[in-house]
Amino acid sequence: MRHLLSAGDLSRDEAIQILDTAEELLNVASRPIKKLPTLRGRTVVNLFYEDSTRTRISFEAAAKRLSADVINFSAKGSSVSKGESLKDTALTLQAMGADAVVIRHHLSGAPHRLASSGWMHGAIVNAGDGTHEHPTQALLDAFTMRRHLGDLTDRRITIVGDVLHSRVARSNALLLSTLGAEVTLVAPPTLLPVGVEKWPVHTTYDLDSALHKADAVMMLRVQAERMQNAYFPSAREYSRRYGLDARRMGMLPDHAIVMHPGPMNRGMEISAEVADSVRSVIVEQVTNGVAVRMAVLYLLLSGSNESDPIPESLV
Amino acid sequence: MSSTSASPRARVVLDDRDISRALTRITHEILERNRDSRGLVILGIPTRGVHLASRIAARMSEVEGRTIAHGALDITMYRDDLRMKPARALEHTSIPEDIDGKTVVLIDDVLFSGRTIRAALDALSDIGRPRAVQLAVLVDRGHRELPIRADFVGKNLPTSLSEKVRVRLSESDEADQVTIEGGEAA
Repeated sequence: MRHLLSAGDLSRDEAIQILDTAEELLNVASRPIKKLPTLRGRTVVNLFYEDSTRTRISFEAAAKRLSADVINFSAKGSSVSKGESLKDTALTLQAMGADAVVIRHHLSGAPHRLASSGWMHGAIVNAGDGTHEHPTQALLDAFTMRRHLGDLTDRRITIVGDVLHSRVARSNALLLSTLGAEVTLVAPPTLLPVGVEKWPVHTTYDLDSALHKADAVMMLRVQAERMQNAYFPSAREYSRRYGLDARRMGMLPDHAIVMHPGPMNRGMEISAEVADSVRSVIVEQVTNGVAVRMAVLYLLLSGSNESDPIPESLV
Repeated sequence: MSSTSASPRARVVLDDRDISRALTRITHEILERNRDSRGLVILGIPTRGVHLASRIAARMSEVEGRTIAHGALDITMYRDDLRMKPARALEHTSIPEDIDGKTVVLIDDVLFSGRTIRAALDALSDIGRPRAVQLAVLVDRGHRELPIRADFVGKNLPTSLSEKVRVRLSESDEADQVTIEGGEAA
């Protein structure tokens, strides 16, 4: 593994290795000294072109717990707002000796461009690109499910909401099917992407029918900032047909867990009562996120990456 | 320090009974040195050190008439050669009780360069502050690269650097056995 660009690139063995590694690293959080010396002297750059709180601080905490140096670069208030291109930013980071770049970008494919361009030689981690993918979120979701449900083979996972704009849904669908789970996407027809029939998932428009056999239900955020068109008549109607409230939670099997990648729109896709219930693992997802990202950084950065020396022309 | 396939030139230096006797002796030496099993924490270094730790803890429990806890201390994240090899999978760490103020006895199968123990000492200091740390190994094969020595040794095995010492334990291998392989023309 050289980069982490898509959850679909992971083989089952690689995915299991990340999850097993994260399992061990989760214990670090409960120790008096929450730090490992493993990535001492390595530099991790958080390159964020899009607003993010939890993903950025999660990666920052993960890198710092492994003793890496962290440089946070957000597009706002940087030379990007003066019109610097991704290429020039990448060359700058390369010249500063970035060993890994964690990139979030509003355009799908930006991490892939960075990884395949030859502009820089560090490992690239996709922290969310446009409406494409968010692999570490899928890994932490799978990790959380595994802790509650055990092996995910043949487990039924229901993902509900704005699949069209959701990189979380895509990464989860890919990773969960690699891990052998059965994924059902629930959304209004307007919020299912074109080509979803080629995904390794089932789809339905009816939430109630997808609850009684679900082992985990994942509510997606309604992404108002990505919705220029009217995808559904009103917030109230969306909430009534696709929101998870106490009545619907009652239809789930007793062992089923409720998840949300955050940030939540309480009262929209998930009611406050459900979000705060004992079956909700939403806060736990955040804790697990740090362990999973530590595992990813460890596996990408600790080994010998016999990366070719930097061509003179780029320095 | 085990590795790949057994070579035809493998020479058995300890068989199952030798290993059993060595572990019994080490158990008694640890108890004698520390007077009392209270305040002792037995930690094995994965993978075979953990098997040895559980055997030593079992013997100790028998002698002392109470259950002696043992655990595992993975040192992967503290190794000094991480950047020289592909990323390794982590082993399980389990610390049975708080180690602050206790005497920790580290258990490993083979003591060689001493780098593993250096890493273990670093790992320990992130978990707590033991009163003392002691080291027990089944085999000391020499060739130290750091100022580290074992407190309890099953067998001192003078070796050449071209030889391989292989420890097999029934928990993970087919039988209990220590062999030396290779040598002369390596």
